[in-house]
Amino acid sequence: MDINMINLYEVTETNKMIEKENLDVRTITLGISLLDCIDSDLQKLNDKIYNKIYEAAKDLVKTGEEISREFGIPIVNKRISVTPIALVGSAACKTIEDYASIAKTLDKVAHAVGVNFIGGYSALVSKGMTPADELLIRSIPLALSTTERVCSSVNLGSTKTGINMDAVKLMGEIILSTAEYTKEDDSLGCAKLVVFCNAPDDNPFMAGAFHGVTEADKIINVGVSGPGVVKTALEKVRGENFEVLCETIKKTAFKVTRVGQLVAKEASARLNVPFGIVDLSLAPTPAIGDSVADILCEIGLEHAGAPGTTAALALLNDQVKKGGVMASSYVGGLSGAFIPVSEDQGMIDAVRAGALTLEKLEAMTCVCSVGLDMIAIPGDTKATTISGIIADEMAIGMVNQKTTAVRVIPVIGKGVGETVEFGGLLGYAPIMPVNSFSCDAFVNRGGRIPAPIHSFKN
Amino acid sequence: MKRTIITVVGKDTVGIIAKVCTYLAENGINILDISQTIVQGYFNMMMIVDTNGCSKQFGDMADELAALGENIGVVIKCQKEEIFDSMHRI
Repeated sequence: MDINMINLYEVTETNKMIEKENLDVRTITLGISLLDCIDSDLQKLNDKIYNKIYEAAKDLVKTGEEISREFGIPIVNKRISVTPIALVGSAACKTIEDYASIAKTLDKVAHAVGVNFIGGYSALVSKGMTPADELLIRSIPLALSTTERVCSSVNLGSTKTGINMDAVKLMGEIILSTAEYTKEDDSLGCAKLVVFCNAPDDNPFMAGAFHGVTEADKIINVGVSGPGVVKTALEKVRGENFEVLCETIKKTAFKVTRVGQLVAKEASARLNVPFGIVDLSLAPTPAIGDSVADILCEIGLEHAGAPGTTAALALLNDQVKKGGVMASSYVGGLSGAFIPVSEDQGMIDAVRAGALTLEKLEAMTCVCSVGLDMIAIPGDTKATTISGIIADEMAIGMVNQKTTAVRVIPVIGKGVGETVEFGGLLGYAPIMPVNSFSCDAFVNRGGRIPAPIHSFKN
Repeated sequence: MKRTIITVVGKDTVGIIAKVCTYLAENGINILDISQTIVQGYFNMMMIVDTNGCSKQFGDMADELAALGENIGVVIKCQKEEIFDSMHRI
């Protein structure tokens, strides 16, 4: 008999994580290249896109469910990411309606194969915009208001290229316009629209997922999550010093990531698609006990946002990566702790208590995995103000050589103190105040901010 | 050899092991290891089994065992061993 056999204690520990602490695989995302669908005839292009995605992804949901059942681990989302549509549509699309027709095709095929989101209605414009890029960006409000499952992202800057301030200015207007187009649904369109600095090609998480041009024809990326597991583990080390705290997070992150690695390998083998990366993330959901803010409280803060929050988040983010890196053969994506406000009950509570402000969240994004995420702001916020918020966040990413993002929702018709309900995994959020002093002259300068000195590593 | 972990958790009662083992025997499933404890009246058992001799699909076996559990008043779960190996063995 194998003396190294799994024992009752270990089985109980794993199942307790799954049943009581919300351990899950957050997403299996199938990346699909659409470069071979490019055609100058719009109808042919749409047909080719539909057929390629349908053929590649028709077994994705079924396979995910089989794996989930056999290992007893929930796999919450099955999703698709595609080549940035600005590239795919550039030969065929002459109007914003042309681009929006591709969004409708993506939405249709997402429904047909049963995935809940499809990402890649995107443009990569970190240095400059082609006419096609600009056309796609201008089509975003129409595309997101006429589809249900399509997610859109725009990369506005990088450490190597600097920040495209023309695009930053445009995106302030586009976000506001998307809010206006979807005002009947509390400006829900903006929850599916994110702007990035240093966007990775292999991010499995929405709304920012797209299939980079550096990727293979198809790829499986997996995002794991388990804030509840980390929180529970930390409950056992209350009052211990930072060494003990950090070791505990690391060990827990290792275990969580191993599950992601297993699921990624299985999905890759069963779908006959190469395994890309595991994204080691603590991604919260609105469910009680599935909160990153609660981990920060367990580390020793009364509320997320209290002094010490940035340091606590920095160590959390770092230990999650350190624990996870050895657990997976390939790590990528965004990896770290996500701090979306509307998707995290602890963050919502912190905002309501007055502990957490937009400015503190911005500071936190210097050390977390992404950026200002799922933050509801007043509907009368000016486009230039949104551009200013984006520029600040892009600058943090550019200078710190990390991915940063902005996903804010100006809720048309609502103001500070009111609540907006997005439903499902997107959660709900109190509308947060925004600094109302003008940055018009700054945003209206035009051009781009040059890359920082430390980007010249050649 | 593909191994499956069966866990049985619930209020203790007469014949839990007998009923589970009868099902396994009838379906050609060989038990490799059993550990079991009772904590405050709660029955907690784990079996490592070899399902190579079982002609049923994994999903069907899992469903039937879950239904059997419901009859006895316990929760029975089947999971492939790899998830535990992944998490607890380097």
